[in-house]
Amino acid sequence: MALKIVKGSIDRMFDKNLQDLVRGIRNHKEDEAKYISTCIDEIKQELKQDNIAVKANAVCKLTYLQMLGYDVSWAAFNIVEVMSSSKFTYKRIGYLAASQCFHESTDVIMLTTNQIRKDLSSPNQYDTGVALTGLSCFVTPDLARDLANDIMTLVSHGDCVKRKRCSVLIMYKVFLKYPESLRPAFPRLKEKLEDPDPGVQSAAVNVICELARRNPKNYLSLAPLFFKLMTSSTNNWVLIKIIKLFGALTPLEPRLGKKLIEPLTNLIHSTSAMSLLYECVNTVIAGQYCSSVGSVVLCVQKLRILIEDSDQNLKYLGLLAMSKILKTHPKSVQSHKDLILQCLDDKDESIRLRALDLLYGMVSKKNLMEIVKKLMLHVDKAEGTTYRDELLTKIIDICSQSNYQYITNFEWSVSQPVTPHPPGISVSWWTIRVFAVAQMATLLDNAHLLTGSMQRNGICEVLYAAAWICGEFSEHLENPLQTLEAMLRPKVATLPGHIQAVYVQNAAKLFATVLKSQEGNTDSTTAQETSQLMIDRLPLFVQSANLEVQERASCILQLVKYIQKLQQKDVEVAEEVIALFAGELNPVAPKAQKKVPVPEGLDLDAWINEPPSESESEDEQPKAIFAKEEPKHSRPRHTEVDEKELARRREARKQEQANNPFYIKASPSSQKVYQDAPGVEHIPVVQIDLSVPLKVPGLPMSDQYVKLEEERRQKERAEKKKKEKKKRKEKRSGRGKKHDSGPESEEDITPAHMVDIVTEEMPENALPSDDDDKDPNDPHKILSLHFFGPFQVVVSVIFENKCDSFLKSMEFNVLDSLNSKLQRPEGSGPHDGLTVPFQLPPGVSNEARFVFTVQSIVMPQKLKGTLTFIVKDSSTHEKLDFKLHFTCTSYLITTPCYSDAFAKLLESGDLKGSSVRLEGVNMPFHHLLARICFHHHFSVVERIDSCASMYSRSIQGHHVCLLVKTSGQTVSIDAKCDEPTLLGNVLDEIKQTFSQC
Amino acid sequence: TRRSCMSAKCKKILQIRFILIQNRAGKTRLAKWYMQFDDDEKQKLIEEVHAVVTVRDAKHTNFVEFRNFKIIYRRYAGLYFCICVDVTDNNLAYLEGIHNFVEVLNEYFHNVCELDLVFNFYKVYTVVDEMFLAGEIRETSQTKVLKQLLMLQSLE
Repeated sequence: MALKIVKGSIDRMFDKNLQDLVRGIRNHKEDEAKYISTCIDEIKQELKQDNIAVKANAVCKLTYLQMLGYDVSWAAFNIVEVMSSSKFTYKRIGYLAASQCFHESTDVIMLTTNQIRKDLSSPNQYDTGVALTGLSCFVTPDLARDLANDIMTLVSHGDCVKRKRCSVLIMYKVFLKYPESLRPAFPRLKEKLEDPDPGVQSAAVNVICELARRNPKNYLSLAPLFFKLMTSSTNNWVLIKIIKLFGALTPLEPRLGKKLIEPLTNLIHSTSAMSLLYECVNTVIAGQYCSSVGSVVLCVQKLRILIEDSDQNLKYLGLLAMSKILKTHPKSVQSHKDLILQCLDDKDESIRLRALDLLYGMVSKKNLMEIVKKLMLHVDKAEGTTYRDELLTKIIDICSQSNYQYITNFEWSVSQPVTPHPPGISVSWWTIRVFAVAQMATLLDNAHLLTGSMQRNGICEVLYAAAWICGEFSEHLENPLQTLEAMLRPKVATLPGHIQAVYVQNAAKLFATVLKSQEGNTDSTTAQETSQLMIDRLPLFVQSANLEVQERASCILQLVKYIQKLQQKDVEVAEEVIALFAGELNPVAPKAQKKVPVPEGLDLDAWINEPPSESESEDEQPKAIFAKEEPKHSRPRHTEVDEKELARRREARKQEQANNPFYIKASPSSQKVYQDAPGVEHIPVVQIDLSVPLKVPGLPMSDQYVKLEEERRQKERAEKKKKEKKKRKEKRSGRGKKHDSGPESEEDITPAHMVDIVTEEMPENALPSDDDDKDPNDPHKILSLHFFGPFQVVVSVIFENKCDSFLKSMEFNVLDSLNSKLQRPEGSGPHDGLTVPFQLPPGVSNEARFVFTVQSIVMPQKLKGTLTFIVKDSSTHEKLDFKLHFTCTSYLITTPCYSDAFAKLLESGDLKGSSVRLEGVNMPFHHLLARICFHHHFSVVERIDSCASMYSRSIQGHHVCLLVKTSGQTVSIDAKCDEPTLLGNVLDEIKQTFSQC
Repeated sequence: TRRSCMSAKCKKILQIRFILIQNRAGKTRLAKWYMQFDDDEKQKLIEEVHAVVTVRDAKHTNFVEFRNFKIIYRRYAGLYFCICVDVTDNNLAYLEGIHNFVEVLNEYFHNVCELDLVFNFYKVYTVVDEMFLAGEIRETSQTKVLKQLLMLQSLE
């Protein structure tokens, strides 16, 4: 035995240690695999020895090989052996190997249970440490079940803080593998949230955060505890986790959001750690807090700093967060367009792509041309890269989003070589279709430039539209033959099938037009040549693999062949061919069908035929159409109907159909009806502004249009200003210089041509006043969609018992208005009162909160209410009437604003002005300002002598800007706001405040 | 089922999935797994991470999307320190975490270089284990970690 040990240690001297192995591998770069296989053979020999030191060395080398990707699962048992060594150095090697190599299906794991238990309870904290780290990696359901109790013991009785912390952290893994342990362990875990040691505390936070993210509902009750931690903890990791946890809890309890906004804003202001700042910003903008607009402004400001940073990471994350804000508060982001555009020049593609995403959401009527122009510049720069494709796709998306609502100048957009024009859009562009056709013809002519690289992006889709437009409006073509020729080029066959199909169909339409013009001439050969052209080229499409193309092509080919025969007999065919495609396609409003009034006497719900469910005996009886049938009757009895009966019914039905004027019969007369429909002349068409050339040779530069558009807008603006000045003079002179609307605002821009759904064809007798007949161009609707209510407003009411009796059974009730409603629990009626959740002893006051849903905040509301209660001593019912005044001011939030941001806001021209004059105000100017700040939630932006600018924001993001001037006892307040109603009401309220003093 | 740890099902967990240290050639210098993967999957992940990370140069951000997750990485000389986390997790925090880890390594090995990590690979694991546990942050204080590491070293 002794000899064996001696032999073992002598052998060991010749063993490779880890260093040798590493060196050896580095020296055998060419035949690494071969070298390692000899090493593994050696290791296998070493593992056969009894000496634990040798084994541990071998296992250590194996762990290294495992890391390099070699299979060492065969040594699992040896690893367990080394783990159970009493020497810490070896034990550690064993546990490391186990945590790297073991997984749930390693069968030797079950042998380790007792060893791990022993190590967990070892008096040596290092043993416990390695056991816990190891267990965290390879814990199995069995291990979790068997060891859960030991770990809980460590958690609650561990005297060593380090051990406690580790065991808390590992609890989550145990819960995952053995969920039954969660319930008994949870109270102890919760205790640890208040552990005096911050390390243990943060471990508990980590574990509970993970648990809560899986099932937030169960952890709502811990919110106050976490709230306390959040305001007291200084550890950024812990704070981030807590904030993430709140992010998961807030959707379940909206009140949390309101409570959190303050500490979050404080953190945003105070923290120097970017990670924490970013987490706060992200949580604020995640949506649950969107009612608080002041914080969104703060977030945007902070994000701007991130984006301006030279660190790519911050830039990227800033843009990412910005795009989230864009969804909820587009206006706050839009003012940073310059910054986003700069990011397009960044050398990092991921940043450019982020910026592109943002731009997509920032487009408005006002800036569309500018943004697209900038993007086109980048397209040129990015020639031949995938980034270019992305750019082009984005440009198309930008132009076409929301059904082209942002495009005010259609000529400009048509001239963009990449903008797609679905036929439906072009149809509605009545005023410019001549222009569009010319452009599209050019486009078709140059189609070869577009194919190729563009095919990937689907940009060739534009050809689909172009072909259709040229075919449908072929009479406007300058040279239809040339276009026809272009549409039948062999290259077309490389286009996607659905586009080819359109090409073929529209080539036929063009052919008709060409024939018409050529037959007018005396020379009949040209017409025959055209037919020949068709016959030559069409077979290419007849062979197409695409069924649609093939079918259309063969139909048309046969038709042309027939025409050719007629032509050879000198028969004039053009008129008849044209008739094939006669009738213009007029734009039809999407709601047109809805607006057709139902003719008198037509009951659309009545059966046209006999309901199939009736049996014949019931046929003669009068039937109540809406009466409920017995279920057994309603089942059709097919079996009872014989042949004779079927024939009889068929006959009856035919008879009825013939007499029914509303039955659409299968006859070819529908074509005729179509032609009789009112033509284009019945459609109100706005004259084309002739400053825009209608026919532009080649594809014109888009800049040309940008310039034109700018000129046009300038002209409009000048005119507008003139008008405005006049108005002002009439009202009051010498005021409002500052209100000269600087740059144009969204609503100042009138579309170049009033062409939209409004001018589309409507059926006769259409009822014009539907609630859905709102102008789709209304910029307010587009911009403030998300601003529409309802909002929740929490009103806290303080009840104070001033009498000497005990008050109980208090019921709070409010008479709802259309705009503001008290939220009542489900199942209660609209006039039910809410029970106040407490009783009031004499002299005591208490607070209760009531939630109201408010549709619109731009109007103040006065709600009448009553409080009923029982006086305990006399047991009498008492009633107290009150009024709840929801002022507009109460929807304003004091929001700081920097003077440059303020100036920008005024410059943006998005705001509308109003003013108020207060007479006989007898107080120092700073008192006056303080009063406005205090009562109306404003903050002073800048004060110069007897003049001050002030700012506030509504919970819905309306900016309210004031310019307060005083001279003597007169105070004038000039105000601007993007919501005139709100502004008027706020000013009234300010006036009210000062009339009371 | 072990593979499913990289699937959407486990997406909600805000824990580190794994920590990798690789050199530019793709040699693993450390691989710490906080989710259970089988050996083939581990190798595949290592190769994929190498492929997505090494193609990026200094002008790129330090995050890259990876399967359903993201890799937060930092390059020090020829070594890439990568942490794989949930997409919703805080990029900057882990970036700071990596740097903290590297500073501890630097202090522990006195101007750490790749060879230190190679020859003392098990010590690097000890450092990782002292700073991260069960996919969570265990200790961020450099002094505390270094003190503990010296204690452990003295036991050898």
